[in-house]
Amino acid sequence: MPIGAASSLDADARLESVRRVQSDVRWAGARSDRALPVPPALSGLLPGGGLLPGSAYSVSPGLLLLTLLAEPSRAGTWCGVIGLPELGIEAAEQAGLNLDRVALVPRPGERWFAITAALAEVLPVVAVRPGNRVREADAGRLSARLRSSGTALLVAGAWPRVEATLSMSAPHWSGVGAGHGYLTSRDVLVTVTSKRSPAPRQARVALPDASGGLSPAPTPSDSHEATRSEAREPLRVVG
Amino acid sequence: MTGPEPRRCLVIWFPDWPVTAWQRAEGDASAEDPVAIMETGKVLACSPVARADGVAEGMRRREAQARCPGLVVAAADPGRDDRLFSTVLDRLELVAPGFHSVRAGLCAIPARGIARYYGGESMASEVLLDVLSEIGFRDPRVGVADGLFTAEQAARLATPPDRVRVVPSGQAAAFLSPLPVTVLGDESLTVLLRRLGVRTLGSFAGLEAGAVRERLGGYGARLHALAGGRDSQSLIPRKPPPELIREASFEPPLELVDQVAFSVRAAADEFIAALSTHRLVCTELRVSCTDSDGRISERIWLHPAAFDAAAVVDRVRWQLAGSDGLRGGITTVRLEPVAVDDAAHHEPGLFGAGVDERMHHALSRVQAMLGHEGVVIPVVAGGRWLAERQQLVPWGERVVPASSRAEPWPGSLPAPAPATVFPQRHQVTVLDAADAAVTVSERGEPSAEPAVLVEGARRRPIEAWAGPWPIGERGWDAARSRSAHRFQVVDAEQTAWLLVLEQGAWWAEGRYD
Repeated sequence: MPIGAASSLDADARLESVRRVQSDVRWAGARSDRALPVPPALSGLLPGGGLLPGSAYSVSPGLLLLTLLAEPSRAGTWCGVIGLPELGIEAAEQAGLNLDRVALVPRPGERWFAITAALAEVLPVVAVRPGNRVREADAGRLSARLRSSGTALLVAGAWPRVEATLSMSAPHWSGVGAGHGYLTSRDVLVTVTSKRSPAPRQARVALPDASGGLSPAPTPSDSHEATRSEAREPLRVVG
Repeated sequence: MTGPEPRRCLVIWFPDWPVTAWQRAEGDASAEDPVAIMETGKVLACSPVARADGVAEGMRRREAQARCPGLVVAAADPGRDDRLFSTVLDRLELVAPGFHSVRAGLCAIPARGIARYYGGESMASEVLLDVLSEIGFRDPRVGVADGLFTAEQAARLATPPDRVRVVPSGQAAAFLSPLPVTVLGDESLTVLLRRLGVRTLGSFAGLEAGAVRERLGGYGARLHALAGGRDSQSLIPRKPPPELIREASFEPPLELVDQVAFSVRAAADEFIAALSTHRLVCTELRVSCTDSDGRISERIWLHPAAFDAAAVVDRVRWQLAGSDGLRGGITTVRLEPVAVDDAAHHEPGLFGAGVDERMHHALSRVQAMLGHEGVVIPVVAGGRWLAERQQLVPWGERVVPASSRAEPWPGSLPAPAPATVFPQRHQVTVLDAADAAVTVSERGEPSAEPAVLVEGARRRPIEAWAGPWPIGERGWDAARSRSAHRFQVVDAEQTAWLLVLEQGAWWAEGRYD
């Protein structure tokens, strides 16, 4: 057999394996295209424009977390919430969650990680507050499960290797004065830091707005005030 | 046109069966207490003692209570009536098989066979009454006549001390003739007949059959035949229900929940196997546990899909872990299907389980790890307090809010609701500018402007506040009444709090975050 023929066969086989890997990569990319919806005001901030199935997000607990659950829930998706016994059910409903399709595990105790893993296999969106520090290896195993089931994990707390971190800062409540009014809405700056984009992205939103959901920050005068408070923000001593 | 000749029928009638069933179910209820069973605010049945005081069927609750102040009132439960009646039939069928259950409290059997066996209709009746009095029924009446309708009327007319009434063959029409038309049990027909001047069954039967059919249709013609003692209805013997109940007994009694759960496994397997031989699955299960002192813990469990043996064992375990009533060791565990479904509806699909099925499975698994209350579904209920307004229903249970949210709840909050509701509200302090605790006067005015919120060990300056909004609850009931004032407070970090001032103490009820 001529030497040249053997090497060309070898090259063909290598080319074939490269193509196969390429198509695999393309498949992996195609799957992540189907992001779960988020409120329009936030979709510009998140990589992929929504919650990517198979990814983990670190989200500050409270209304922001509920808002992220709301859009998929409204579309008929089941959500699981683990380890948040103080969750306001009425606020969840006002944020837009479909309570008929929410399963809560308020007090998972020591086995919160196993329970999270079990629910992540079947529910498309799972929110969890970690009961203790998560080891890198455990998080890696869980994220493999998330990828295979296409579940988005929202973590109220620290988590190794998250897709993005969503936090709130510079809140301002309106509606209440000195002894009069009602709390009506809150202006807040939502910041998203992600491993894909180096600079944090920010947006000013009303959360909750008058109906308890999330909407873009209302009027220009408000946003002007917001910019001022943004400028002031880094200098403030917190905690 | 006449149907086939009526057959001889033996009917056993239990007067006021709903009352009897209730007394038996309660166990310790005394027969001397006046009892009335109510349905939609009216008396459905009452005990003889109550009737002696003037209580009657169809009477309104308030009127009945006015006539008989010591009246014990219980709600009607057709399930209870049927359940207890079927145990009575089980006993009767040991003596004479083939009973036809007309309704709870009334059963019938063809008289011919049993009369021949016991040497006459009266003798047979006495035998059946003896059987019943052995198991504690001293009041039933027996009627024997041609046809079910006539026999039932005979039983109703049997007056103690003679509790058997036999209408000889061929004399049904003569026996029925003096009875009022109301015994036909059709109110609109009765009113019509009374207007026509027809007051007794005899005169109704005397009308010409063709004219009755023309005026009242087929239904009227049938009632006409009944009135004339020509009841052609045939008896359909009761088919005994399949034996699906399983019991596990322990000797000596078991003390530990784990021991019981282990020992009940075989019974649970048998229970599920018996259901599946009838091509059934159980979706609702009644578990009764008895301890060595005879105390009973009974509870109905629902399953989102269908029970398997492991799920049954889990329910037994949860029930024992949750019941404080049982103190001694467990002697008996009884498993009884309350609702069953065709197994075909619960077969796994050819290409694996559906998404919902997998979810049921995963949630049930978590429930098995954490206990029944471990996995819950949230429901918004009615109420003034935040913790009251949210209700958590264990996975698999029916969602029934404790109170409706549609009613107005004065003192409840407008939207937005706090995203954090403390499961146990915690105490805080609210101070004014001079570091004195803020109170609210009887006229609902705060003593001073709240300036500082002390929560945990932190002092939070208050930037804005609103309130107080009074909440008053059950002012008429001194033991359960609550009155408080609510405040919304925004601190310097722009965290908003929902605070409550109740009897001089400040509590944090929720936080808006």
